[in-house]
Order: sequence, then C-alpha cells, then structure tokens
Amino acid sequence: MAERASVGKHRSARRSVIPGFGLTMGLTVAWLCLIVLIPLSTIFLRAAGLGWDGFVAVGLSPRALSAYRLSFGTAFLAAMVNAVFGLLIAWILARYEFPGKKLVDAAVDLPFALPTAVAGIALVSLYAENGWIGSMLAPLGIRVAYTPLGVVVALIFIGLPFIVRSVQPVLADLGADVEEAAATLGATRWQTFSRVILPAIAPALLTGFALAFARGVGEYGSVIFIAGNMPYKSEIAPLLIVTQLEQFDYPGATAIACVMLVASFSMLLLVNMLQAWRAKRSAK
Amino acid sequence: MTRAAATESPLGRRVLIGIGMVFLALFLALPLVVVFVQAFAKGWPMFLDAITEPDARAAIRLTLLVAAISVPLNCVFGVVASWAITKFEFRGKSLLISLIDLPFSVSPVVAGLIFVLMFGAQGWFGQWLIAHNWKVIFAVPGIVLATVFVTFPFVAREIIPLMAEQGRDDEEAAVSLGESGWQTFWHVTLPNIRWGLLYGVLLCNARAMGEFGAVSVVSGHIRGLTNTMPLHVEILYNEYDFVGAFAVASLLASLALVTLVLKSLLEWRFGYHQARSAH
Repeated sequence: MAERASVGKHRSARRSVIPGFGLTMGLTVAWLCLIVLIPLSTIFLRAAGLGWDGFVAVGLSPRALSAYRLSFGTAFLAAMVNAVFGLLIAWILARYEFPGKKLVDAAVDLPFALPTAVAGIALVSLYAENGWIGSMLAPLGIRVAYTPLGVVVALIFIGLPFIVRSVQPVLADLGADVEEAAATLGATRWQTFSRVILPAIAPALLTGFALAFARGVGEYGSVIFIAGNMPYKSEIAPLLIVTQLEQFDYPGATAIACVMLVASFSMLLLVNMLQAWRAKRSAK
Repeated sequence: MTRAAATESPLGRRVLIGIGMVFLALFLALPLVVVFVQAFAKGWPMFLDAITEPDARAAIRLTLLVAAISVPLNCVFGVVASWAITKFEFRGKSLLISLIDLPFSVSPVVAGLIFVLMFGAQGWFGQWLIAHNWKVIFAVPGIVLATVFVTFPFVAREIIPLMAEQGRDDEEAAVSLGESGWQTFWHVTLPNIRWGLLYGVLLCNARAMGEFGAVSVVSGHIRGLTNTMPLHVEILYNEYDFVGAFAVASLLASLALVTLVLKSLLEWRFGYHQARSAH
C-alpha cells in the first residue's frame, strides 16, 4: 500500500525518460517486506506480547545479563585488538611494497569467505591444550579454548577484515604532502602519525571498529566451538537464544533476540552517522 | 609514489611488516592450514570416505541446492533494486538502502529465529501450515528462507554504487533511440555492470554455502535430509569424528579459497574494486 502511494506521488516529480520505475520499485519494496521487514517485525510483536514485566523477567534475567556481558565485552575487546593490528596491516598494505603483498592483501578477506563453522573448529583445534598454539600456551598457565579468551580469539578472526578494509582506502588516498609539511616543520614521525594521520583516519577507523563490534556481538558459528558454553561463564547471547529454542522457550528466545536487535540497530545507526560525518569531512 | 621526507626508516618498516605478518600468520594462515592438515591426518582413503559417505553427499547436495535457489533470487533482487535506486529520484532513497543492508546487522541466530516465529509450530502461520501439511521449519524451505535473508544485501550493495557511478546517460540515450526498457537493460546496463554483478554473486554464493547460525536454527539437523555442509561439520565434530568434520570443512575452506582467488582476479583484471575505492 505504502509503496503504491509513493509511486503515485513521485511519478510526476521524476524527470527520467528511463522506464520501469513502478515495476522495479514495487518489486523491491515487496521483496524487502516479505523477506526482511515482516519477518523481523515478528520479534518486536512477540516481545510486546510478553508485557513489560514478562519481558524483563526473561530478557534481563541474570543468565541473560551475563550472556550480554560476555558477548558485548568480548566483541569490544576483539574490536580493540583489531583496531590496533588492523590499522597496522592496513598501513603496511597502503604504504609499503614487499614481496607477496598482493597475496597478503587478498588473504585479509579470508574471514569473510571462510564459513564460520570451519573457522570455529579450526580455531579450537589450534587453541585446545593439545593443539599447535594451545600446547605452547599451556605451560604458561594460559588457557584459551573453552574460556572467554577463546571467544575473543574467534572474534578477532571474524572482525579483522572490517577494520583493514575500512581504513586501507583512506590511508591510500591520504596525500603525502601534509605529512611532508609536518616533517618539514620539525614534527617527529610519531607526532605526524598521532597529530596528522590519526585524526584524518579516525572516522574510518571508528566505522571499522563499529562494524567489527556489531558483527562480533551477533557472531555464533565461529564462537560456539571454542567457547565453553557454560551458563554464566562462557555462554554468548546468540547461544542462549538457541538453547531457549531447543527447550521450546519461545518467549525467552524472543526477548533476548529483541534486546540484541535493538543493540545492533543502534550500532547500525551509529555507523550511518559516522559515515555521514566522513562524507561531510571529505567534502570539505 | 611520493614518500620523500615523510616515511619510516627501513628498519622501522621491516619491524612493522614483521609484526603484521606474524599477526596474519597466527590469526589467518594457521586456522586455514590446520583444516587441511586435520582433514588428511589419517590419509587420503579416510578423507575420501568422509566426503563420499551418503550423509556427506546429501549435505553437499543440499548446500548446492540452497545456493542454487537463493543466489539467483538475490541476484535478480539486487539488479531490480539497483535499477529503482539509481535510475530514478525519489524521497526516502537512503532509508531504502539502509533497509536493504539491514540483514547484515542482524545476528544469524536471530535471522533463523524470525522464521521459526513465523512458520514454526507455534508461529503465526504454524497451524495453517500444519493443516495444509506443509513443512517450512525443519525442512528445506526454511533453510532457503533463512539463507535468502542473510545473503539479501550482497548483490545489491555491490551494484548500487557501481550503477550510481555510471549514471543514466547510456540508458537515456538508448531509450531515446527507441529501445524498450528490457532491450536497454540487456544491451546497455547489463554489459556495464557485469563484473560488479559477478563480484556480488561470488560473495553472495560464499555466504549462502557457508551460512551456519541462521540455517542451524531452522534446519532441525535431520541427517541426510536437512543437514547442509556446515551443519554436517558441526555434527561430526560433536561426535568426535574429527577427520570427517575436517574433511567436509576442507571442502568449504577450498570454496573460500576459490572465492578469494576469483575475487582478486576480478579486482586486478578489471580494476573493479579500485574504481570504487578511489572515491
């Protein structure tokens, strides 16, 4: 209904001679509603049906709260680690020439292409106590697999390309003239980096951080194998939803999903605002 | 390349490159290597057994089927949406683009849950579906729906910027020369966007075949019937059949490698990505 009204309203306004507006717009909005909007609305409608007290009782139960803490905390830590190393890798790729650079550049996208379940079992076999890395860490008393640290490791893997791919093009476009000017004026390389380069790439870095963080909060496949999945300790929020579903506790699953959706939509809004900020900056 | 006064010392550069490489080796290369090492840990015959046993073959078939349905659907949607968004002016355009991107910010588990809430036994259409003896959840249609949802934005978000950049002049010229809308699309637009479209299809397909969380919620994990390859990996792993799990996982990892190679080829040969990131 809404799309038909908007088609009618704008038919006179558009000046394009190209045909097909009504058809393509109608199909787009219809398909979007059928696949995305109507299904997503079920979460909010079902959650509303629980009533406020019912919603709080399941959506903010102690077990759910500790799952949110784990999901958000580990996603934040992993995004921080990726902000540092992702920036470093973007820097190398944008600024230096070295053998195998093209291969490295292509490999950065591996976490986008590798199915999450494959990443999950690969990481746990590396970090288990008899694994290649886990056996080296065990004598130091560091346990990664089946602890919250394992969740962080999985989320570092998943989030890395978001940071690199956000920052790399901005670093490549950044003119050398400002840096040269800073150097001529007597700035050390570190001063140039922290006062000239970092502010220039800050919006891109923040966008990458927000994207990696948002992905990490909702991530499931790569995490469940390496996390211990112990309630209150190493149980992430998406896993709690699955657990509730397996017990046919639909209200519980819906309430937690609702909290997560609100969180991820807020992140999305933040990313859009960051990108608007970037666009405004680059337009100057 | 101008890097006269403003660059690091050669030693500094080497240290930075070194740190970056160690990080990538630890977090990207090792996980990939370990998949193949574990898959062949007991030799070729075990590997072949694991990927040719009936349940594995059924999982491979189902994964191919789901991708064969969901990728073309999203491909057509992507082109249609890009046409509407880039060839015309209307209010709410940026909202529409954000809504198309929405599935990216939804947890895969939630993506599965929404279809359970709609079509599951306790869902909106649950009783109606049961009355008509149709199964969506714990059956192939549910898996396809969940996959279409999670791969929804892939093609659209690749070609919307591409078509926006190319503008409308070519199409307007074709239309004023008397070509119909369809002819214009086939003869003018499609050749212009073909590499971008291929790029989007490639990424869409990788995600469709590899999706785990969303599919896991709606599948019911029925061996030989509703198990996709990633779900089959999980089941084998949880049964301590590590060779089997990693053998099937190595097929998925190979798919990821092929995807990366084709993607890089598209970027290098056709300058596709460079054209966009230059903006």
